[in-house]
Amino acid sequence: MDHMPENWGRPRSDIYGAYNSAIHNAGPTTHTQQPSITGTSVIAIKYNKGVMLAADNLASYGSLARFTDQERLIKVGKETVVGISGDVSDMQYIELLLERLIIEDNYEQDGHNLRAPHIYEYLSRVMYNRRSKVDPLWNAILVAGKKDDGSPFLGYVDLLGVTYSSPTIATGFGAYLAVPLLRKIVSDDGDEKKITEEQARAAIDECMKVLFYRDARSLDKYSVATVTTDGEVKIEQNVRCKDMSWRFAEHIHGYGTQKM
Amino acid sequence: MFRNSYDNDSITYSPTGRLFQVEYALEAIKQGSASVGLVSKTHAVVVALKRSAEELGSYQKKIIRIDDHLGIALAGLAPDARVLSNFMRQQAMSSRMIYNRPIPISRVVSAIGDKAQRNTQTYGRRPYGVGLLVAGFDETGPHLFEFQPSGTVLEYFGAAIGARSQSARTYLERNFDQFPEASLEDLVLHGLRALRDTLAQDKELLAQNTSIGIVGLDTKFTLYDNDDVRGWLEKLGDVGSTRGRRPPEEPEPEATEDAPVTDAPPPEETDTVEPIETDA
Repeated sequence: MDHMPENWGRPRSDIYGAYNSAIHNAGPTTHTQQPSITGTSVIAIKYNKGVMLAADNLASYGSLARFTDQERLIKVGKETVVGISGDVSDMQYIELLLERLIIEDNYEQDGHNLRAPHIYEYLSRVMYNRRSKVDPLWNAILVAGKKDDGSPFLGYVDLLGVTYSSPTIATGFGAYLAVPLLRKIVSDDGDEKKITEEQARAAIDECMKVLFYRDARSLDKYSVATVTTDGEVKIEQNVRCKDMSWRFAEHIHGYGTQKM
Repeated sequence: MFRNSYDNDSITYSPTGRLFQVEYALEAIKQGSASVGLVSKTHAVVVALKRSAEELGSYQKKIIRIDDHLGIALAGLAPDARVLSNFMRQQAMSSRMIYNRPIPISRVVSAIGDKAQRNTQTYGRRPYGVGLLVAGFDETGPHLFEFQPSGTVLEYFGAAIGARSQSARTYLERNFDQFPEASLEDLVLHGLRALRDTLAQDKELLAQNTSIGIVGLDTKFTLYDNDDVRGWLEKLGDVGSTRGRRPPEEPEPEATEDAPVTDAPPPEETDTVEPIETDA
């Protein structure tokens, strides 16, 4: 008696040869067609002495708030921070790539280190290469640091390989909710020179609060990273949204279980 | 009959611990005409003496631009240099494409060093028959490297390779203390004077046979050839070798009947290898 159910009802191996299990597993090879566990917006703004960026700690599984302790701001090398939104497993793969990149760059020990513009170019090549294989890494990424001339650097690249730079950038919902608020204080190239770190921080905190109010896939717990033009990187974790008012929520009807 | 049985391939040691094929490759460099390189605090310069196979033929290219911040001067087999320079160009281009960064000089030099070393450890391959002087400018300043077919790469303040390069090295050793602070013009003239000392007796530096490559702070790699070197040669003035000439302040000793006749032969040149004219 063959006790393995998967062998039942198949031609006998001793007569017809071994069963080709490739038939059993046959099917087209598949690529990522949608993200599964996701992180929401990353927002960033340049100020007079660097760049500040923030991302909340939520990793959602669809509409379920699955993990509430996911860090999405990564320090890369000595003076670069990368913020990643979108698919979390693809983010972890990108983290792996960047870690390898920095380790191999350090082997040389020749005084040349990869900085933000170099890491940005590398990521944009990786992202466009994967989209060209029709197997994209499902993310939108912000890279912050300093340029060769010492001025602040901020760049965006996404799953299509689209790239652009601006003194204020946000991914995802932040592009609609945070960017207009950030542009109130920094609207054009060069405006960032008039903004202090304190002003930038106040704007970032305000944006994260608005995002928590309006973005249903967000969390009131987030991290804030600052990269200064001196090359100093600081990541503040477990920041909470403050001075929120949810009194308006009483008047919202039609979504929940309330009786009209 | 004497036969060296340890030079049939480039990977087998002789009992005395030598790799003959590698040493022959180093000899091939000396068959080529000289190239000289030197660095200041702001610039790196290479100068080279070009040769033509025959009077009606063109001159062999000696200096090759790799990228905006990087170039090489060669001595030895020009085709091998072409292969290496194509490789260096590829490396430089992928650095710009992948990282948006001009390739650090030390990294592209160790890349060709590794390539050359592989040939000394793989059966069925031969070492490159060319030496290179790599001049470039990157984030860490101006650099001059010497590359050898053995895979050796070393950084220098001043270096010379090729036929009669010992004379150029002598000049560089006597003057290198002035290089760091030298202006670009002085640096090039030092290079030309060193190169001039490698000339054969009846030869001189001409617009046709002299090449100059300059790179540095805010200066992209620029190659001066033919008419473009005329200005530099005018600044140099004396274009013939000064080797073995008496210093001007020493007067010619008067030849008199009573002067003691010496049997001692005139001081011999240490480096008398006549180059085969077809090598670069």
